[in-house]
Amino acid sequence: MVEVQVLREVVSSESPRDDLIRRERFPHIWCPGCGLGTVLKCYVEAIASSDIPRDKHVIVSGIGCSGRMAGYVNIDSYHVTHGRPIAFAEGMKIVRPDLEVTVISGDGDLVTIGGNHFIHAIRRNVDINVFLVNNFIYGMTGNQYGSTTPLGARSSTSPYGCPEYPFNLPLLAAALGAPFVARWTTLHVRQLAEAMKKAMKVKGFAFIEIISPCPVGFGSYNEMREGMDFIKFFLENCIVDHNADLNKVAISMRPGDPIILGNFVEREAPTYHDLEREVFRKAGWLK
Amino acid sequence: MSLVKQIRMVALTGNEAIAYAVKQANVDVIAAYPITPQTIIVERLSKYVADGELEAAFIQAESEHSALSICIGAALTGARTFTSTASQGLALMHEVLHIASSMRAPIVMAVANRALNSPLNIHCDHSDIMNARDTGWIHLFANNVQQAYDLTLIAFRLSEDLDVLLPTSINLDGFILTHSVEPVEVLPDEDVRNFLGENRYPYEIDFNKPLAYGVMALPDTYMEFRKQLYEVLKSAPRIYDEIAEEYAKISGRRYGKLLPYFTEDAEVIVIALGSSVETLKYVAKRLRREGLKAGVLGITMYRPFPEEELVEILSKAKVVVVMDRAYSYGGVGGPLYTDVLSTLYKNDLKITIADFIYGLGGRDFKISDAEEIFKKAFRALEKGSFDQDIYWWGVKE
Ligand SMILES: Cc1ncc(C[n+]2csc(CCOP(=O)(O)OP(=O)(O)O)c2C)c(N)n1
Ligand code: SF4
Repeated sequence: MVEVQVLREVVSSESPRDDLIRRERFPHIWCPGCGLGTVLKCYVEAIASSDIPRDKHVIVSGIGCSGRMAGYVNIDSYHVTHGRPIAFAEGMKIVRPDLEVTVISGDGDLVTIGGNHFIHAIRRNVDINVFLVNNFIYGMTGNQYGSTTPLGARSSTSPYGCPEYPFNLPLLAAALGAPFVARWTTLHVRQLAEAMKKAMKVKGFAFIEIISPCPVGFGSYNEMREGMDFIKFFLENCIVDHNADLNKVAISMRPGDPIILGNFVEREAPTYHDLEREVFRKAGWLK
Repeated sequence: MSLVKQIRMVALTGNEAIAYAVKQANVDVIAAYPITPQTIIVERLSKYVADGELEAAFIQAESEHSALSICIGAALTGARTFTSTASQGLALMHEVLHIASSMRAPIVMAVANRALNSPLNIHCDHSDIMNARDTGWIHLFANNVQQAYDLTLIAFRLSEDLDVLLPTSINLDGFILTHSVEPVEVLPDEDVRNFLGENRYPYEIDFNKPLAYGVMALPDTYMEFRKQLYEVLKSAPRIYDEIAEEYAKISGRRYGKLLPYFTEDAEVIVIALGSSVETLKYVAKRLRREGLKAGVLGITMYRPFPEEELVEILSKAKVVVVMDRAYSYGGVGGPLYTDVLSTLYKNDLKITIADFIYGLGGRDFKISDAEEIFKKAFRALEKGSFDQDIYWWGVKE
């Protein structure tokens, strides 16, 4: 007799990574269609598949929708002031080089109000991971334009279009000497999780710009009101090119203008920790 | 000439009322960084600018520290300048707050009062502005949306007065006032124009008369600079009175530095800042009907502190309650309590007094709370004392 297996409902409220998620804090605050849930998923996948013991991972977030990330991951997590997670993470890493310190936070948080920490931590090559969620807007405070809002995009403070040039973040990070620079969207789940895993292995500053749907904020001002509108946009406009000329990867969010993705920079460079040791060795007191 | 004055009433939230006043004040520069619960002020202003209704430069700064720095630079060229913030944003501005007042930059800033971290909280209390209390700014408090509108206009005139030239903050309770809709009587644009006039900032950039700002002052000169700030803040209240009087003539609304309510013969006076003044007034009125001599004292001008007027009003009271929506940690009490206490001591007034710390992080201050506090105060009147000097009101034990 042949046993017939009946396929039952496979939808479940449980996730295989429940051990890494603070389920008791759900429902989370994110809007339907938001990309942040996917970022969370990729991060916990990367932790689980990294060779680094779970209790060595710490996450630091600033303030914002993206800043809520730290609160949902079931490892030591720090929710710090707006703009300062990189500085906070530097402090941790400098005294506990054994920790795998990851910052996940918003574009406004990390490169607008916190932009100074971003450039100086890269310049120093501090050994941390920075996963910046770029939704092109200050989501949490009501969708004002910031330093990543594409020129001409609408927002609550630019009803007829943003009059400022946005940052080209991969170019900025690469120019400052970051050993690892990547960009993915939340559509590219596998590549994103892989890039995160790589970043955790990198010695030095590892930077991933994550392009993430914000249908309720950025989208509502720019005719992308559903999460799917972003996903379709990514499908139609993303090009993977690991060797892209970073001068040409600025994002306009105009249909037809490609969003270039990839692991753009993978190189080795002595970290702040290494360089400091070297100075002490030269000084003669460190063997 | 028509004898009937046209009154224009509009339904506005506190944030919208302030944005409308700023638009009518025809500011030249707005620089700000978003933070809840003031965001709508700046959003409205950015729309006025984008729609061509307000000819001003709108700058979305990269932080509050930068926003206020931009404002100072602009104000010192003679531009009429506005910013707004709250909580962490005001804290981040702290360094620059001192620079604004000591460079005598006539900036107007709305502060949507909100608690400070940690833990993270976006709701109302006065910890943010109390942290900025000693920065040399003039601090005004609104009790309702109408006042938020009126005080904004008064603030521009006061800041830009040539005998003042100081920055002014307009404080309105986060969410409670920023987001509540109230009917607001707005002035015609022309009245506002006449009331404010042009910004006559006297030290515009002039190649023939170059000036130096923010120079180094060593021990032989530094104190003289600080004394100037002390002096000007001493004279600001008198100028405020004149301006408020003029405003009363055009608007029919008179704002003293203190807003007394049934205080003349009151045995118990409760002193407060912000929206809770209205709740207390409501309760005091009820108590009056029951024959209890209850009074309320709202404070419009918190800095410079209206010492003289306070003494005059409190001298006849038997019991005083101070409501503090902030605390001076490690100090002798809440900031307002400390001010009232020292004013009473300086003037040899021995009055039964207690401090009530309330509403931190937006904890609701209800009519029933005001009733209970009055009840405690009347009990203290009978007994001759309170059983505590500082009450943390409504805290779960
Ligand atoms: C010093 C300071 N200024 C302003 C704020 C208000 N604030 C909270 S979140 C936020 C912006 C969030 O934008 P972003 O970092 O891009 O994250 P998103 O919400 O879009 O994920 C702002 C301005 C604050 N908390 N602290
Ligand atoms: S506002 Fe945007 S970023 Fe924030 S939770 Fe909603 S969709 Fe996500």
